[in-house]
Amino acid sequence: MTKQTTEKEWPLWEVFIRSKAGLDHKHCGSVHASDAEIALESARDVYTRRSEGISIWVVPSNAITASKPEDKESLFEPADDKIYRHPTFYDIPKGAGKM
Amino acid sequence: MYGDTSIQKPIKIAEPTSAEQARLEEIFQQKIDDDIKIEPQEWMPAAYRKTLVRQMSQHAHSEVIGMQPEGNWLTRAPSLRRKVILLAKIQDEGGHGLYIYSAAETLGTSRAEMIEQLQSGKAKYSSIFNYPALTWADMGTIGWLVDGAAITNQVALSRGSYGPYSRAMIRICKEESFHQRQGYELLLTLSKGTKEQKEMLQESVNRFWWPSLMMFGPNDANSPHSAQSMKWKIKKKSNDQLRQEFIDATVPQAEFLGITLPDPALKWNEERGHYDYGAIDWEEFGNVINGNGPCNKQRIANHIKAHEDGAWVREAAAAYAEKQQKKQVA
Repeated sequence: MTKQTTEKEWPLWEVFIRSKAGLDHKHCGSVHASDAEIALESARDVYTRRSEGISIWVVPSNAITASKPEDKESLFEPADDKIYRHPTFYDIPKGAGKM
Repeated sequence: MYGDTSIQKPIKIAEPTSAEQARLEEIFQQKIDDDIKIEPQEWMPAAYRKTLVRQMSQHAHSEVIGMQPEGNWLTRAPSLRRKVILLAKIQDEGGHGLYIYSAAETLGTSRAEMIEQLQSGKAKYSSIFNYPALTWADMGTIGWLVDGAAITNQVALSRGSYGPYSRAMIRICKEESFHQRQGYELLLTLSKGTKEQKEMLQESVNRFWWPSLMMFGPNDANSPHSAQSMKWKIKKKSNDQLRQEFIDATVPQAEFLGITLPDPALKWNEERGHYDYGAIDWEEFGNVINGNGPCNKQRIANHIKAHEDGAWVREAAAAYAEKQQKKQVA
């Protein structure tokens, strides 16, 4: 057992997959790998066994900076009362045609 | 495949130590009640985190250990078609283990820690994988019954409250359907075969029926701490509820196969709208979970051996990465 605990764990990589040409890459999980190339290979084995993707990104997990859950309100609430940013805010008479 | 943890000692729920903590707990429970998923960085009660780590790591272990009974038949598959199917299924189980390990790691546990707990026996895995796969028919029965029971569980888990676990479950459920169908198709083929093949089918189902029912864990009356898991939506349905769902779905499939299930008490109950079934041998279940099943020692020994045999690969990869990094710096 001691051998495993002292063994250095491979770094963690977050995996993003593009499912079809034209769509964006979407986060789907993570893998451990010693370097980026092996991370790509592992991500391919683990997350695309059924043609789930045509492109993979792997990113070192520690390179990701995430917003804090407690900052949710200050970050996103200001958008809630700006309904004039949405097209449905404006009344356009039928006669004006499709817009 | 699936690992239930309800047989273990409950995790202690601490009383909130301050007003602030009580407030956080209230917000947390409100989110759960509103079906808002909990994400890794959010505040959560320590016992919620601990319960999830235990359940998820044991679930992952079950996937990985579950590769062994099937691996036993790979080189003896009767046709290339069956062989590639079995190979793909086993590869899926490994993949499922990895999805769940990676989801568990978002809670702050490490892969190495989880593996060590599996190998030292501190962490459990589903009792079903301590039974041997003795005949080729078992490859069908495992897909039909064991993966069938797992799907019943995992569909419920995919609606659970922890985001990464729930997403891993959705992915897994999509893939499990192939597992169950290939198993049932295999058994259908045997059911149309020779007398010996039909007997092999019946004998296999006789062995796996009861252990499959045990996969859902103890009766609700003997699963006192699942109430907390239900409140946290780590568990969405009770053990007995899930077991009943599985039985109701499976009995007609057995009839279609032209086989019997080894339970004389199994009978449709018009009033309840469910099948009644006989008492489960919980002593056997306890024995197998606690290390005395037919294959416990072998399963763990194989895992340790594979892990140790792979040590040089891990070391070489780490050395290579280090060398490349040094080159880049230079």
